[in-house]
Amino acid sequence: MKKLITFTVNDIEYEVAVAPNRTLTQVLRDDLNLLGTKEGCGVGDCGACTVIMDGKPVNSCLVLAVQAGGSTIKTIEGVASGDSLHPVQETFVEMGAIQCGFCTPGMILSATSLLEKNPHPTEQEVRQALSGNLCRCTGYQKIVEAVQEASRRMKG
Amino acid sequence: MKAYNVINTRLPRVDARAKATGDARYAADLSMPGMLCGAMLQSPLAHAKILNIDTSAAKRLPGVRDVVTWKEAGLVRYGVSPARYDEQVFCSDKVRYVGDEVASVAAIDLETAMEAVSLIKVDYEELPAFLDIQSATAEGAIAIHEDFPGNVSAEVHQEFGNFEEALKECAIVRTDTFTNKRQDGGFLEPQACLAQYDLNGNLTLWSSTQSVHYVQRSVAMVLGIPVGKVRVVKPYVGGGFGPKAAVNAMEIAACLMSRRTGKPVKMVFSREQVFLHSRARHQFTHELTTGVKKDGTIFALRNVCHLDGGAYSSFGIATIYYAGSLLGAPYKLPNMKYDGYRIYTNKPTCGAQRGHGGVAARAGWEQQLDAIAAELNMDPVEFRLKNMMRTGDVTCNDFNMSSLGMKECLEGVRDGSNWGAKKGKLPKGKGIGVACGFFVSGAGYPIYRSETFHSTATIRLTEDGGAVNLYTAAAEIGQGSDTILGQIAAEALGVSLDDVRVHSGDTDFGVDLGAYSSRQTLMSGHAVKMAAEDAKRKVLEALSEQLKVPVEDMDIAGGVVVFKKDKPDFSRLRTMYIKEHRGWEDQPSGAELTFREAARVAFITRGVIIGNGAYKPGELGGKYKGAAVGTSPAYGCSAQVVEVTVDEETGKVTIDAMTDAHDCGFAINRTNVEGQMQGSLSMGLGEALFEEVRFDAKGRILNASLGEYRIPTMLDMPNVKTIIIESDEPNGPFGAKEVGEGAIMPTIPAILNAIYDAVGVRINELPITSERLFAAMKEKQKK
Ligand code: FES
Ligand code: FES
Repeated sequence: MKKLITFTVNDIEYEVAVAPNRTLTQVLRDDLNLLGTKEGCGVGDCGACTVIMDGKPVNSCLVLAVQAGGSTIKTIEGVASGDSLHPVQETFVEMGAIQCGFCTPGMILSATSLLEKNPHPTEQEVRQALSGNLCRCTGYQKIVEAVQEASRRMKG
Repeated sequence: MKAYNVINTRLPRVDARAKATGDARYAADLSMPGMLCGAMLQSPLAHAKILNIDTSAAKRLPGVRDVVTWKEAGLVRYGVSPARYDEQVFCSDKVRYVGDEVASVAAIDLETAMEAVSLIKVDYEELPAFLDIQSATAEGAIAIHEDFPGNVSAEVHQEFGNFEEALKECAIVRTDTFTNKRQDGGFLEPQACLAQYDLNGNLTLWSSTQSVHYVQRSVAMVLGIPVGKVRVVKPYVGGGFGPKAAVNAMEIAACLMSRRTGKPVKMVFSREQVFLHSRARHQFTHELTTGVKKDGTIFALRNVCHLDGGAYSSFGIATIYYAGSLLGAPYKLPNMKYDGYRIYTNKPTCGAQRGHGGVAARAGWEQQLDAIAAELNMDPVEFRLKNMMRTGDVTCNDFNMSSLGMKECLEGVRDGSNWGAKKGKLPKGKGIGVACGFFVSGAGYPIYRSETFHSTATIRLTEDGGAVNLYTAAAEIGQGSDTILGQIAAEALGVSLDDVRVHSGDTDFGVDLGAYSSRQTLMSGHAVKMAAEDAKRKVLEALSEQLKVPVEDMDIAGGVVVFKKDKPDFSRLRTMYIKEHRGWEDQPSGAELTFREAARVAFITRGVIIGNGAYKPGELGGKYKGAAVGTSPAYGCSAQVVEVTVDEETGKVTIDAMTDAHDCGFAINRTNVEGQMQGSLSMGLGEALFEEVRFDAKGRILNASLGEYRIPTMLDMPNVKTIIIESDEPNGPFGAKEVGEGAIMPTIPAILNAIYDAVGVRINELPITSERLFAAMKEKQKK
């Protein structure tokens, strides 16, 4: 039996009928066509599917869509405002923090969420906060540098 | 060094914005109206005869549109090397590993397809499973493939110089056996594809692949469709590292079912299927005997290698050659003997992975060299410098080091890590180690024997001269080839990177063998450079006719025409351009004739301006059997220093610092070069410390998830001090050569050597888990 849920994604309110076994990743991707949310494992191991739910980063593959009813969600599509990139996106682009890009949406969402809570994280705090987001390409260094540079820019 | 405008910079990647905003589309993001979803039935048994396959219940399930087995797919064999075509889309007589493909379903949605898969009944007669080399090669073991009794999938025997004779001159002879473990590619994007067979008999396959060219050929051959009617397109790919370089059964199954149903068919691997498909790093066992003269000259090497290959060959034939041919260099080694055996086992198939064939051998040997240096009482850096090859040297197996900044790399990491102040001087539990490596910059020959160009490129200027379209079938898989090729095109044509639009990864755009053996920068880069120069020449010829200035007296750079002698009056051309574009923004102005105006003149007088480029290396290598494997127009090389802390209570290793130098010939994009170095080191660190695909007694993978199969996280990787060495490779475009794979070579041995420096034990089996290291330390205490 499908259930009707209402939630807000990237400032737009949606009403969707979802089957009880559908995950938030699936509903975002298949029903809302928000394909920037990636699925790398489907079981909570990789962080590629990270979205911000009610202010906290979550692995959307572990959230059942019905549990997301009533919540406010931000996906990678909601991070830039119009043409202008978020400082974290800007520094990721400029500083080589992106290679294949498959981990990037989740990584950027985790990073923006960290900087909201902790605007000036130390390197270790960045590493700790983003340790649930796997990246096989970059060796992480340029990601850490980009997050720290974004923190500096956001201050200014 | 010559000044450049676009290359040797830190320009952001051309695809970075799309990737940072979620706009980039990967294969699993694609969909089409009326699309069906596919699912695969895979063997639950490691080795069994197939007695019967009953698909009737699956076919009856509402929503199912197609069910296929070998009966529908046929028995055409395929694989990577034509000499070892040992795969079929679906098993017919027997299954050879847990995960072997048996049948496939296409249905209106994924749930229905999966349910149908569960309704397919297969009767098996179980056979003994051979899960390691010992059992597979034991007397009386059943042949996993009928044509290969004894389960030897390939063997190689080579000798250069005379090993036995050479040993007589050696003061130190040392034998060690070294083993790594089967590694997984661990790319974040599981393979996915979408196949569409249209009413005109044209097949288009969008797939997460490293080589549209090889996939195109394989699909055409297996399904009996003319190559010209098969188009393979690579959307953005979320990493490959080797395992995505060969065609997979899912791709062919999707094409087959699309042809049969007339509907697009999409299929996506689960993470578990990624592990089952594997095609990643083999388990290597190397027995290495090295002879060194009293003065520290490395003089003789004997290498006996056994590969646990898994059920099929895939890239394994190349692997077993590489496991021998890529030792020796970067040291001058006159005598080398190699015997390699690749063994079929009832496990998922191994293939190519970053540092193909060379990583385990390098780890074992560089650790052994470290031990020998200690016996000689020589500093390991000095020992290596003494034996180092230089630019122009040729290895005993005929590899030509047309550029080799090895000495610079080694000196770079020595000084960059402050080696002199640390080696032998660190407190107990802390250690420092060094190692070197080298790697091909593009395989010298295609996988199938052919006179084909390895890379072609086409440049098409837009009619207004405002943009440069670059078409290449090269595969951007995250390594940055779109950016590198765009930069090369822009530099060679004399425009900015913003003016270039890169269209890549599509068989309709030309021939390119793809992203493997670290070949895109050098080989595709050559083709792109030629295409850009061709387009530039055509523009200048057209301009020459109009301005009566000889072509040789003109050039294009920084977006404008450079007149080497007197600047002619070009006001007529400008007026024409402005009149033609009345009302448009951004009209050309200023004292220089712009590229746009020049390109417009060329279009008006000759039609669309197209530049073509095509590259293949010349004859390479020696004449012995297997001489082709390991040849390359150029070789990258690297050195690394690693500092570790070992917790002597637990055996836990922490990597404190890494200093890495890589000779990439010439850095087209400095940020990308560093990114390849850092990414390589992280994959090496994972293999060194914890990565291992484990199996139960029935051949099932115990840790087929990214939770249980651990790859490095942000907390495992230290910051790397990256040093770029530029030796200016004569055979590379603008002097460039590889960085994507070679950089991984020294990582594992540098860690091993640092651990020895810290606690005095040598580990000969990876991964260096706490348990293993702790046990080794205990063992040492007893002695
Ligand atoms: S897809 Fe959700 S954690 Fe991997
Ligand atoms: S950029 Fe490829 S996984 Fe992070």
